Amino acid sequence: MSEPAATTAMVDKAPDESFLALRDLQVHFPTDDGIVKAVNGLSFTLERGKTLGIVGESGSGKSVTSLAIMGLHKGSRAKVSGEIWLDGEELVSMSVDDIRRLRGNQIAMIFQDPLSAMHPLYTVGDQLTEAYLVHNDASKAAAKKRAVDLLDRVGIPSPDKRFDDYPHQFSGGMRQRAMIAMALMCDPKLLIADEPTTALDVTVQAQILDLMVDLQKEFNSAIIIITHDLGVVAQMAQDLVVMYGGRVVEAGNVRDIFYRPEMPYTWGLLGSIPRVDRGGDHRLRSIKGTPPSLINLPNGCPFQPRCDFQQHVEGHSCVAEVPELLQIGRDGHRVRCHIESERRKQLFTEQIKPSL
Amino acid sequence: MGRYIIRRLLQLVLILWVISAITFFLFWATPANPALLICGKDCNTETVAQVNATYGFDDPLIVQYGTYMKGLINPNGRMIGSEGSERQCPWPCFGESYQNGIPVWDSIADAFPATFWLAMGAAILWLFGGVALGIVAALQKGKALDKLSVGLALFGVSFPTLVFGYLLLYLFIVKLQWLPFPDTANAALLTAGPGPWVQFYILPWITLALVFAALYTRLTRANMIDTLNEDFIRTARAKGLGERTVVFKHAMRAALTPIVTIFGLDLGGLLGGAVITEQIFSITGLGKFSIDSVLGNDLPAIMGVVLFAAIFIVVANIIVDILYAFIDPRVRLS
Repeated sequence: MSEPAATTAMVDKAPDESFLALRDLQVHFPTDDGIVKAVNGLSFTLERGKTLGIVGESGSGKSVTSLAIMGLHKGSRAKVSGEIWLDGEELVSMSVDDIRRLRGNQIAMIFQDPLSAMHPLYTVGDQLTEAYLVHNDASKAAAKKRAVDLLDRVGIPSPDKRFDDYPHQFSGGMRQRAMIAMALMCDPKLLIADEPTTALDVTVQAQILDLMVDLQKEFNSAIIIITHDLGVVAQMAQDLVVMYGGRVVEAGNVRDIFYRPEMPYTWGLLGSIPRVDRGGDHRLRSIKGTPPSLINLPNGCPFQPRCDFQQHVEGHSCVAEVPELLQIGRDGHRVRCHIESERRKQLFTEQIKPSL
Repeated sequence: MGRYIIRRLLQLVLILWVISAITFFLFWATPANPALLICGKDCNTETVAQVNATYGFDDPLIVQYGTYMKGLINPNGRMIGSEGSERQCPWPCFGESYQNGIPVWDSIADAFPATFWLAMGAAILWLFGGVALGIVAALQKGKALDKLSVGLALFGVSFPTLVFGYLLLYLFIVKLQWLPFPDTANAALLTAGPGPWVQFYILPWITLALVFAALYTRLTRANMIDTLNEDFIRTARAKGLGERTVVFKHAMRAALTPIVTIFGLDLGGLLGGAVITEQIFSITGLGKFSIDSVLGNDLPAIMGVVLFAAIFIVVANIIVDILYAFIDPRVRLS
């Protein structure tokens, strides 16, 4: 399912020049029912100090991508191909031992549900210092000082006392803060946050996001934020990748995608954001249908079975051909759709924008 | 913590009391006639009446039960025997055997060491064997070694102890003659010396451990596979920890915690006697003692061994609960 034409069209920089560059990443899981094509030719780049948002429905390949960057598919049955360049090193072909040295050190990850993502039987302090000691030849006292400092930085009150607490003694927001502190123990250059605020209530969510922005400024790290919450992306990210069925369907900077989206799936995502400033009779619109099976992706455009705009396609067949991810305009705005760009702009202004 | 232990100990007394009452009244609900047993060959109406008077079998059941319990509650024990030939039965007084007149407590104290060593040796075997095999199976999930250990576990669970024990006995003692015939004298470590002692116990240990090892293999394997799929294991890998630390520190700690509970209860249960294994290898432990008591309608002996075994089970429960609070910080004793 590789699409060399599409991938070369969307990589605007040579991979090794960017801090992080994914090139035609594919992650396939062989199962009894067939091959699950979780990620199908994904490419993007990210610079230090910047934040990239990856959005999409459940099962669109977001989390699988992040695990691939961490090399956490190594040793499992997953087949990973393509290239992941981080700071001049290629991660897909790297040995497990080599990538282990990067994990938690150069690349760190914040997981979705901090209660299940922290070991229930070790103290928060133990788990933090462990992350530090595995990569640094330091004393336990030094590691503890570092952990207490970071717990303080992420806003845990009396961190020296909470250091000895177990995860279940923390509230949900505090656990997520501790998780962030754990990810920052070794000053990672790349931070991957997989739905970092999904399990939290809205006020805590805002605090956590602010915290991440502050820490990013301080450490100049690159952040990939994986979410299905476009509000989080708007607050955090400069660039955005919209994934559908394991593929990028639209990518670009956040302003382009929020104000000039051209892919019908992105329109659907934007239409499903609740808005406080709308009248009470304004109904949220859902995208009809369900996400595609990653074993039997629909022929042609993966979004085609759920797309309401196929009658506007001329000269191509949504069912027969996979549309290429083509650059439109400036700023690396890329869209995968058979509808002509002018027509898409027109459709968005006439039919979609008024109801957003 | 202190209050918790005190409350659990009071519960223990209550449970033992209920068990004693049930055992006592159940025994008398059977058509047993201990007087006939006691007077032996030259039973006639007169001697039976005499025995009934001596042992108080004429008294209402509730009075007999009261007399019996007095021996366990009174720190001085109680007096037993007929008028004129009364003797002191010191605490804990479980009475004297109807069959041979030996104080039950002495018999229990004699039988317990054999049962203890049998249970302990087997426990060590099955704990290490079963857990190790389970971990290996989980790490090699789906591969040959996993299939082998799952097959072994299935074999161990489904093979009756009775058959397996006799098979071992026949093979190693009768056929190959690698081991001597079981001699009860070798059951005591101090008098027999370590060599004969191990030779005496090795087959019973294996026999008793087989079923448990099989269960523990399956349990450990399942727990370990579940744990390795947990999010916190992914977190441990994401920190850059080596696979060895991930498996042996993070995964094993979480996977083996439930095993502690089951191990405590299993061991507590076995200290009351391993009936089949003791019978096969002629070990004069509590299991054999209980069989002899039941077959002989020997109420004091049955009561004694039931209460003694119950103490181990209840105490094992308490210890496991307290231990669990130390192992798993999420558990609070209350």
